[in-house]
Amino acid sequence: MMSAVVEGKAASSHAETGRTAKSRSHMALFLALLAAGLVAPFFLYPVFIMKVLCFALFACAFNLLLGYGGLLSFGHAAYFGGASYITAHAAKVWGLTPELAILVGTLAAAVLGLAIGALSIRRQGIYFAMVTLAFAQMVYFISLQVPFTGGEDGIQAVPRGELFGLISLKSDFSLYYVVLAITFGGLLAMHRIIHSPFGQVLTAIRENEARAISLGYRVNRYKLMVFVLSATLAGLAGSTKAIVFQVASLTDVHWSMSGEVVLMTLIGGMGTFFGPVVGAAVIVTMQNYLASFGAWVTVIQGAIFVVCVLLFREGIVGKAASIFKKFGAAVRKS
Amino acid sequence: MFEIFGIPSQALFGQLLLGLINGSFYAILSLGLAVIFGLLNIINFTHGAQYMLGAFVAWMLLTYFGIGYWWALILAPVLVAVTGVILERLLISRLYQLDHLYGLLLTFGVALIVQGVLRNHYGISGMPYSIPEELSGAMNLGFMFLPVYRGWVVVASLVVCLGTWFVIEKTRLGAYLRAATENPALVGAFGINVPRMITLTYGFGVALAAFAGVLAAPIYSVNPNMGADLIIVVFAVVVIGGMGSILGAIATGFGLGLVEGLTKVFYPEASSVVIFVIMAIVLLVKPAGLFGRAS
Repeated sequence: MMSAVVEGKAASSHAETGRTAKSRSHMALFLALLAAGLVAPFFLYPVFIMKVLCFALFACAFNLLLGYGGLLSFGHAAYFGGASYITAHAAKVWGLTPELAILVGTLAAAVLGLAIGALSIRRQGIYFAMVTLAFAQMVYFISLQVPFTGGEDGIQAVPRGELFGLISLKSDFSLYYVVLAITFGGLLAMHRIIHSPFGQVLTAIRENEARAISLGYRVNRYKLMVFVLSATLAGLAGSTKAIVFQVASLTDVHWSMSGEVVLMTLIGGMGTFFGPVVGAAVIVTMQNYLASFGAWVTVIQGAIFVVCVLLFREGIVGKAASIFKKFGAAVRKS
Repeated sequence: MFEIFGIPSQALFGQLLLGLINGSFYAILSLGLAVIFGLLNIINFTHGAQYMLGAFVAWMLLTYFGIGYWWALILAPVLVAVTGVILERLLISRLYQLDHLYGLLLTFGVALIVQGVLRNHYGISGMPYSIPEELSGAMNLGFMFLPVYRGWVVVASLVVCLGTWFVIEKTRLGAYLRAATENPALVGAFGINVPRMITLTYGFGVALAAFAGVLAAPIYSVNPNMGADLIIVVFAVVVIGGMGSILGAIATGFGLGLVEGLTKVFYPEASSVVIFVIMAIVLLVKPAGLFGRAS
């Protein structure tokens, strides 16, 4: 096992220069995003940006599974919404501080991801998508029926509480910086995962599963691990959202939420690191401005799906990267 | 009337019948999905919306043109199939060279559009569609009262399912279809127009969904969301049965409907999740599905 990892590293070392350039540009982008995030609440409504951040983290977690693991889950709402219920319950009924409530919700998503993931990875490709969707629907029905979720009403008036029992998060500003820290923590963790040997093996499995098996990798173990990681981070996003909006409801476990996160990733660029962040910003902004159109939002989302699949499969970030590359090549030639 | 395990027979058989009816819809829909998947290699997420469209077209035919149930039973599937053929030619056919997942995403988007447009126009409260006169009323079977229409739905679904099985397994056309599923390039080399066959197969699968929709119209109210949740259950049915065998798909559909009905009698709280639980067990025991071939 270890030797195979080392071998993989050696084989890809000639691409090393390209990768350091890439990771350097990623670092620059991270810093730029962080700077933008730090000053953003002075220009935009903080609750709106917090919503974007939560969905950005959710979409990135989903993309970890789809873009890097090559597994299309159509049921990520289960972890997002499931975690938000647990966090809301922990904060409201058990009276936990927000960071502990978020931790409990995230852990619950991890356990749920482990259970569903272990079953789902037994099927491949298109069946995998159907299985995850079906299990998410099961989580939806359970959320509708168990008493603590409050059925159609959801859990409302969740207290934001005091961070570590000390700092009040009542003001949107103080909460904003906590959410920013959580989102960036999540993004950095994912960046680390993707660029670790583990991430390289994942990419190998995505590209050629049979070959990865013949090299001696326990493919299913890797798939399960990335599934659990993705579910956990999706849960972190859902938990944070529950604290921000002080509510956990059926919307977040519904299949349309699973579809939305697919759309965010698709429009931003599958398999690009920052694509889902851009996609989340685009979709959340769109929902904000089009809220008055009611059900037309669904129609527009459907239309974006169709257009993206037919004409724009690279997504915004993918397209931008390829234009940038072309431009760079042209400059170098001249 | 008598009691079985403390349950009045009317309630037990009533729920079983309702389960059998749901099972008919599972069977027809999963059959359509399997036929489409076999040749096109995509999972048709629009299937639920097309089932709903079948019911809607039947309702529109009656409301706007005064065309009754029996004509709707033929016309609605044909009309919806035409929209399916257009969809396949215009959009889906562009994706055959790509990963299967894009087909799923595209048809998901189309489903959102269709459901959204109808929701804007007709709301979500649902419109009633009355049972045709010939099929109204009930029969006394001794152990229960059987509403004639419900009996008709089960019989009609069985006939359509077995008819589809016969066409695919026993006729020359079906032989072409099965051959093209195995190896489209070779079948094309024998001079059979495979792209046209793909289009017509998609149309046929869609017509099946729409037929189920017309059957469902008098039982459930006609509303834009009627297919959205159903299709997810049908996905689970397909995973349980596997898409390898047509008779297997039919048996799985009816069987799961019955199981759901029984659960409603003995443990109603679990009735909405029982199929998913069965899916989990099947994934553990026989991942390829009950009638599926191991991949």
